[in-house]
Amino acid sequence: MTEEVKLMKGNEAIAHAAIRYGADGYFGYPITPQSEILETLMAEKPWETTGMVVLQAESEVAAINMVYGGAGTGKRVMTSSSSPGISLKQEGISYIAGAELPCLIVNVMRGGPGLGTIQPSQADYFQTVKGGGHGDYRLITLAPSSVQEMADFVGLGFDLAFKYNNPAIILADGIIGQMMEKVVMPPFRPRKTEEEIIAECPWAAQGKPAGRKLNVITSLELDPAIMEENNIRFQAKYRKIEENEVRYEEFHCDDAEYLLIAFGSSARICQKVVENARAEGCKLGLLRPITLWPFPSKIIAQYADKVKGMLSVELNAGQMVEDIRLAVNGKIKVEHFGRLGGIVFTPDEVLAALKEKLF
Amino acid sequence: MKQEIIIAGFGGQGVLSMGKILAYSGLMEGKEVSWMPSYGPEQRGGTANVTVILSDAPISSPILNEYDIAIILNQPSLDKFESKVKKGGILIYDGYGIHTPVKRTDINVYRVDAMDAATEMKNEKAFNMLILGGLLKIVPMVKLENVLLGLKKSLPERHHKLIPMNEAAIKKGMEIIQQVQ
Repeated sequence: MTEEVKLMKGNEAIAHAAIRYGADGYFGYPITPQSEILETLMAEKPWETTGMVVLQAESEVAAINMVYGGAGTGKRVMTSSSSPGISLKQEGISYIAGAELPCLIVNVMRGGPGLGTIQPSQADYFQTVKGGGHGDYRLITLAPSSVQEMADFVGLGFDLAFKYNNPAIILADGIIGQMMEKVVMPPFRPRKTEEEIIAECPWAAQGKPAGRKLNVITSLELDPAIMEENNIRFQAKYRKIEENEVRYEEFHCDDAEYLLIAFGSSARICQKVVENARAEGCKLGLLRPITLWPFPSKIIAQYADKVKGMLSVELNAGQMVEDIRLAVNGKIKVEHFGRLGGIVFTPDEVLAALKEKLF
Repeated sequence: MKQEIIIAGFGGQGVLSMGKILAYSGLMEGKEVSWMPSYGPEQRGGTANVTVILSDAPISSPILNEYDIAIILNQPSLDKFESKVKKGGILIYDGYGIHTPVKRTDINVYRVDAMDAATEMKNEKAFNMLILGGLLKIVPMVKLENVLLGLKKSLPERHHKLIPMNEAAIKKGMEIIQQVQ
């Protein structure tokens, strides 16, 4: 049987994929350019079919704390927002990371800082992969570059979050959220039953049977000796994620003399740049990090031995370029090209920047 | 085959929905499609545009330098996109919305008097389908039957009764498009 191909926006794909994945709850607050996630969920009424809860909270802060509560019971819960709203959620995200709970967060980025603009941007890279909230924690960060990946990364994000008891985030932007493309939806999965959750999440606050130790969900630990142990445990988990979960895609990298490195919508634009450059006889390749944390440092370091230079192409003032430079460690020239505040570069602008900065 | 198209005009003219119908028609034809709207604080009277790509091969960038076809429905859109039509490409405009002549001489220019025809049909909602009909006459990138299937997919069910009117408008548009240069 062939699967049905649908045409939808990236935001709509996230909503449909969440229902199909068997998500238990979505808590959000509307903000452009991602409001279609909440709108689509409300229109689909999954509470009548799968029993998934969809709730428009009174604020972003309320929504992330509902996620915190739901995650504490072992449920598959998620929230979504755009840049300013994600800033509001940072305290909750830090608490969830500190309590080692799995959940899925979606950020469809827009131009900042402040309320900024509603146009696409990738300026929340630092916020997402370097912390955002307080404390030494990490978010598993997935960067979709197509509507298909918007759908696929809902399931992947939840799976990784539950594998490591850690929040995962889909870091998209206004282009991927608003554009329509073909998408094949993942198959329907039933929501986990209470019995399955109790069996799979022994840490969950699901009602204490006699004889079992109390499950306490908290990020608070006043004894610094224990808090240090907790942190050491987090760090060991992060090293394991870095070892096992790096994902990236290579596009014409085999014989490349120069490499573009770009994620999300920028990577789509850069594919066209590679096509155009190759038509001119320039051996250009594209490496697309799919996980921004863990970052594909190893493969980038390997390419530093093969290519003459790298250009980090981002819709920001130069954020991922710092991680590339750390990976390359001075071996070759690494430059950055970006447009700011909601302006999107064209393929021609990127190619011109490559020639100007690296040739 | 790949068609890279920009449709630009005022909000409320049906720019985004015309793009959507074209994208759904491409989907029905088994093509790869991408539909990328300008999603600013657009409203009736503001400017709106959408980039639609139909292709036999996977589509890389949804953001383009230049276009094979520009469908221009008001003066600000002509000012913005005339220079971005590929050499030898196609520019289609609505005679009512454009006040200054097209300056480019290296592209093919067509005119559809869709606003006049819509007024004649006593149905201003037919406007964008008249334009779409004109486009399909010049570049038959999708079959009419697939456009009608696309309409069915993109319109909510309560509007399916409007499909015959849309079909009539598409056919009318095919009749009234004329080459300017």
